[in-house]
Amino acid sequence: MQQTKQRLLTGNKALAEAIRLEMERDPNVFVMGEDVGVYGGIFGATEGLFQKFGPERVIDTPISETAFIGAAIGAAAEGMRPIVELMFVDFFGVCMDQIYNHMAKIPYMSGGRVKLPMVLMTAVGGGYSDAAQHSQTLYATFAHLPGMKVVAPSTPYDLKGMMISAIRDDNPVVFMFHKTLQGLGWMDQLDASIGHVPEEAYTVPLGKANIVREGTDITIVGIQMTVHQALEAAKRLDQQGIQAEVIDLRSLVPLDKETIIQSVKKTHRLLVVDEDYLSYGMTAEIAAIAAEHCLYDLEAPVKRIAVPDVPIPYSRPLEQFVLPNADKIFQEAIQLVNE
Amino acid sequence: MAIPKDHLLWMYETMYKIRCYEDKMAEAYAEGKSPVFNIGAGPVPGEMHLATGQEPAAAGMCVHLKKEDTVTAPHRPHHHAIAKGVDLNRMTAEIFGKATGLGKGKGGHMHLFDPDVKFSCGGIVGAGIPHALGAALAAKKKGKDWVAVAFIGEGAANQGAFHESLNMAALWKLPLIVVIENNQYGISVPKAASTAVSSNDVRAAAYGIKGYYVKDNDPIDMYNVSKEAVERARTGQGPSIIEIETYRYLGHFQGDPEVYRDKNEVTLLRQKDPIIRLRNYLLNEWGVTEETIAQLENKATAEVDQAYAFARESDYPKPEEALEDVFV
Ligand SMILES: Cc1ncc(C[n+]2csc(CCOP(=O)(O)OP(=O)(O)O)c2C)c(N)n1
Ligand SMILES: [Mg+2]
Repeated sequence: MQQTKQRLLTGNKALAEAIRLEMERDPNVFVMGEDVGVYGGIFGATEGLFQKFGPERVIDTPISETAFIGAAIGAAAEGMRPIVELMFVDFFGVCMDQIYNHMAKIPYMSGGRVKLPMVLMTAVGGGYSDAAQHSQTLYATFAHLPGMKVVAPSTPYDLKGMMISAIRDDNPVVFMFHKTLQGLGWMDQLDASIGHVPEEAYTVPLGKANIVREGTDITIVGIQMTVHQALEAAKRLDQQGIQAEVIDLRSLVPLDKETIIQSVKKTHRLLVVDEDYLSYGMTAEIAAIAAEHCLYDLEAPVKRIAVPDVPIPYSRPLEQFVLPNADKIFQEAIQLVNE
Repeated sequence: MAIPKDHLLWMYETMYKIRCYEDKMAEAYAEGKSPVFNIGAGPVPGEMHLATGQEPAAAGMCVHLKKEDTVTAPHRPHHHAIAKGVDLNRMTAEIFGKATGLGKGKGGHMHLFDPDVKFSCGGIVGAGIPHALGAALAAKKKGKDWVAVAFIGEGAANQGAFHESLNMAALWKLPLIVVIENNQYGISVPKAASTAVSSNDVRAAAYGIKGYYVKDNDPIDMYNVSKEAVERARTGQGPSIIEIETYRYLGHFQGDPEVYRDKNEVTLLRQKDPIIRLRNYLLNEWGVTEETIAQLENKATAEVDQAYAFARESDYPKPEEALEDVFV
C-alpha cells in the first residue's frame, strides 16, 4: 500500500484556506463582517486573511448588519464576489429583509438578468450554554425561503471544497459552519473537527449528499453535528448487529432527494436527526420526501429527533435535554428497527 | 447644586459592589476551564462579558432612578442590573444556571429579566433600545413620570435600531435616555474604525434632542449629566443621549486573546480607576472617614458573597423543565 501523508486541518483553517485560494485567484472576491480582520473571525473562519490581504479586501464592519449585508448585495450586482459574515446565525433577525427579500429574490425578480454571486457565511449551533440568542442552527428558516442555496458542511474537507464552490457559484449561497466543527481550541474538542484537507483548490458540489456510512437496516439522515452523532450511534448499533446507513445531507438547498430515496428503498427504515427546531423543519421535509417517493418501501413509521420546539435554554441540564445526541439516536434507532 | 452625600455614598457602594461581583464572576467563570479553556465547561458556562471598569455609567445614572423606571441593558449587563437593584441572589443563580434563578436557568448571563425592578437585557446588539422606547411610550400613555433608560455600547450606536428609536422618541417627546458606554471597542474593532463620528452625543443633533458627553469615566460628571437628563425626561422635555468615555479592563468576553490591543493599555487605565478616584474624592472633599468607607465596602462584599453562596447551593432545574414556559 502506498504511504500517503495526510495533511490535517481544523474546520476553521480549511475554511480560511478556501477563501484565501479564491481571493488569490479572483480579485473580485473580498470579505466583510464584524471582527473578520485582525481577530480572524470570532470562529476563526477568516484566520490569517487580514494579514495576507490587508484591510481593503478583509474589511471589519461596524455592527450594522442590514447595511453591510445589503452592501454585499449591491457589490455582487456590480460583479464583485463578496463573502459576508453574519457572526452568529441568530443575528439574522436584524437583517433578514436584505437576506430574503433582496438577496434571495432579486435574481428571480429580474428574470435572471441580475446575478448575485455572494456568500453569506454564518456560525450555527449550540451545546455550550450560549443560550437562546446564540445557539440556534435555523437551518430550516433559511432553507424554507426560495432563492438562496443553503449549505452546511460537516467535515474540514467539505468545508473547504464547498466554500470554493460557493464562492464560484453565481447564486447567493448561505454557508453555515458549525461552531463545534471549526476545531477551535476553546470549545469542545471533537475528532471530527480535524480532518484531511488537500493543499490545492478543489470543489465539492453544492446539493449532493454524502453516504458517510453504508448500512442495510436503517437510514439515519443528519447534517453537521447530528451526522457525527449518528456515526457514533451507528458504531454502537453495529455492536447490536444493526447496520445503520448514515447520510450527511451537506446541503439543504438544493436537496439531494435521490440519495435519501435510494437509501430508504434499501434499508426500509428512516430516522432523521436535526439540531434545529422540530416543527416545520428539515426532519419534516425529509419525512415528506420519503412519504411521497418511497412510502411503500418503509417497514416502520419515519422517526424524527430535533429540538422540541422550545428556544435553546441556557442551563446545561436543560440544553442537553433538548439537543440531539448519540444516545438518543441509538435508542430511537433500536426501537425503530425492532418495530 | 451640591450633590447629596447619601447619593455619593450609594454610588460608591454600588460601584464597589459591581467590582466585587465581576471579580468574583471572573473567578467562578474560570473554574473548570483549566488547564484547558473550554467555553462550555465549569459552573458558569457560555460567553461571559464583564463590566469591570465600567461602573460609573451604571451607578451615575441609576442613582437617579426609581423602581418604576425601566432599564434595558445589552450583553454586558451585570453593572446595570446591580445598580438598578435586581435581586442579586436570583441574578447570580441565573448565571449559574440554577432553578432559583431569575429565569429558572433558561436565560443566563445575557438574558436577565427582573420585572420587579423593570430590568431586562439581551444578547442582540442594539435590541434593548426599542424596548426602552416602548417603556417610555407606555409611561406617557399611563400619565406617569417614569423614565426609560437604554444602556448600550458604542458599537450599538451604528445599528439601525438606535437611529429608528431615537427618531421616534424625539418625534413623540418620550422620556427615553440612551446611555452609550464608549469603552473604545466593539469586540476587536476600535471605535474609530466603526464610525466617523467623533463622539455619539453629537448625533443628538440629528434628532433634535439633547446630547451629553462624560469624559474619562468620571463618576461625578456622570452623576450630574444623568441628573439633568432624567429630570428633563421626567418633566416631559424629551429624550437625550449620554455618551460616557469608559474603559473595559478585561477582554470582550472572558477568554478573549485580545490580540487587537496593547497589553499595557489596561495597566495604564487601572491607574486612574474610577472607584479609587471616587474613594479619594469622598475622603478628601467630603470628609468621609475610612471607617465609613470600610463599612460600605464590607456591606457590599457580604452581599456579593451571599449571592454567590445562594447560587452555588441552589439546585439545577430538572431537564424536563426545558419544555415549560414557552407560553405563559
Ligand atoms: C446584532 C448583533 N450583531 C453582532 C453581535 C455580536 N456582538 C456581541 S457584542 C458585540 C460588540 C458590541 O460592542 P459595543 O456595543 O461597543 O459593546 P461592548 O461589548 O463594548 O460593551 C458584537 C459585535 C450581536 N450580539 N448582535
Ligand atoms: Mg464597546
